[in-house]
Amino acid sequence: MDLIANHISHRFGDLAVLDDVSFTVGAGEVVAIVGPSGCGKSTLLSILGGLLQPTSGAPELRGTPPADSLNPLTFVFQDFALLPWASVEENVEFPLLHARLSAAQRRSQVEDALRRTGLTDFRKTYPKQLSGGMRQRVGISRALAVRPAILLMDEPLSALDSQTRELLMEDFVRLLADGDMGAVYVTHNLEEAARLADRIVVLSRRPGRIREVVMVPMTRAERGETVAREKLLALQDQIWSLIRNEAIDAEREVLDA
Amino acid sequence: MLERAGAPAKDDTTRRVRFRGAGFVPASSRFGGWIALALVIALWQAAGSAGLVNPLFLPAPLAIARAIYQLAISGALWQHLSASLLRIGVGWVLGTAAGIAVGFAIGLSRLARGVGITFISALFPIPKIALLPLLILWLGIGEEPKIATIALGVFFSTAISVYSGVDAVPRNLIRMAQSFNVPFATIVRKVIWPGALPAILAGFRITASVALLLVVSAEMIGAQYGIGAFVLQAGNLMQTDQLLAGVVILSVFGLAVGKVIGWLEVKLLHWR
Repeated sequence: MDLIANHISHRFGDLAVLDDVSFTVGAGEVVAIVGPSGCGKSTLLSILGGLLQPTSGAPELRGTPPADSLNPLTFVFQDFALLPWASVEENVEFPLLHARLSAAQRRSQVEDALRRTGLTDFRKTYPKQLSGGMRQRVGISRALAVRPAILLMDEPLSALDSQTRELLMEDFVRLLADGDMGAVYVTHNLEEAARLADRIVVLSRRPGRIREVVMVPMTRAERGETVAREKLLALQDQIWSLIRNEAIDAEREVLDA
Repeated sequence: MLERAGAPAKDDTTRRVRFRGAGFVPASSRFGGWIALALVIALWQAAGSAGLVNPLFLPAPLAIARAIYQLAISGALWQHLSASLLRIGVGWVLGTAAGIAVGFAIGLSRLARGVGITFISALFPIPKIALLPLLILWLGIGEEPKIATIALGVFFSTAISVYSGVDAVPRNLIRMAQSFNVPFATIVRKVIWPGALPAILAGFRITASVALLLVVSAEMIGAQYGIGAFVLQAGNLMQTDQLLAGVVILSVFGLAVGKVIGWLEVKLLHWR
């Protein structure tokens, strides 16, 4: 199943946020979206996932999702969006409660998702008892439980400290390597984009337009090796040179809000 | 851009950094309050026993305790208390049920919000006890007008705390649920209800005291039995020990309700 951004533009009142953005995420492909602050990255993701109606254009799906997928487009949120009154297990089970599944089937999907994120021993704990990194693991576990075709990840690591970020990034590499799950990965962190994406869509400052699409010419497995370091750094530099001046302008802009 | 300041003058003397983070963290001690209360009661009793206070105006604690004991063994305590409890119980449950329903409607529907908030803003400031004479005209002189007064008082506070609670449920949780195609009814039951529960329980504390206030006022206006009626009667007969016995019973009742709500909060909001 492919996810297509078809000439998407969006305005918040007078403020143009996105301008004619089009690209396709193929099955199993990871596309990162980067750009200066306020360029509409997160807005674009909300539109792609059907949480926000664009002013013009539309998100589209092509082909059929995998048969066992309960929610083909599944979000992983920056702030985790966990139910604080529910245990880890109940949070992971939450999106399955209304699905047509037998109790046994539901149990097994929850178990499987907990196991894949290393949360089996934490099933009875509550979000407030967990560190930020573990909370995001719960968010990822909940997403995996519905067997998504494409993960929509909205700066999933930006609320975490740099060490936790490193650990979770390794988890993402493993997660996206095994199988045919694709992802749209919104980030302002170029290292994350270079480590995880097959393609990097670089947006201009607001209103966000596609400035360039950069291919990452390595498999995700290769990028972990020492020799790949330099190539990835060069790639990050290349993207940074594309957005640096606009990032400066974006930062100095005063909003009439 | 951040610029570096000019080079500082060199100074090798060392000084300890002054601690300035003290205060603003009052720790509550477990027994301090009770000890203070016991001391005040002991002082009061001593003043009474020494004849420093006229018992007609302020009877000593022991006299009040004796009055409560006599009320209890004569059965009068239960007669008055049960009458008040029944009115509070029925009135509070009716008002709370209606308040929760209307509060949720206002929190969830645009139409209900437009209409509901206008009506509530207009009617909430009316002291509900002022409606008792009207309610007596409508409902007769039985229990109904007293219960209706309590229900009305409880209803408005509950509706307001419920819709504020619904409004305060984090939007990101609702978006999350929508992103998993969770149906409306499940979002209400599994996201909005638990999210609004802290505000709803906080509202219960307020409505419990509103109900207590209204039951006493209503009973003072027209009732044979009930703690309010009893306190008024005792005052008319200058039986100040009886009067204060009634006041103490009201205070204990208020404390007990507070404890129950506190227990509910611990049980239901353990996740906080």
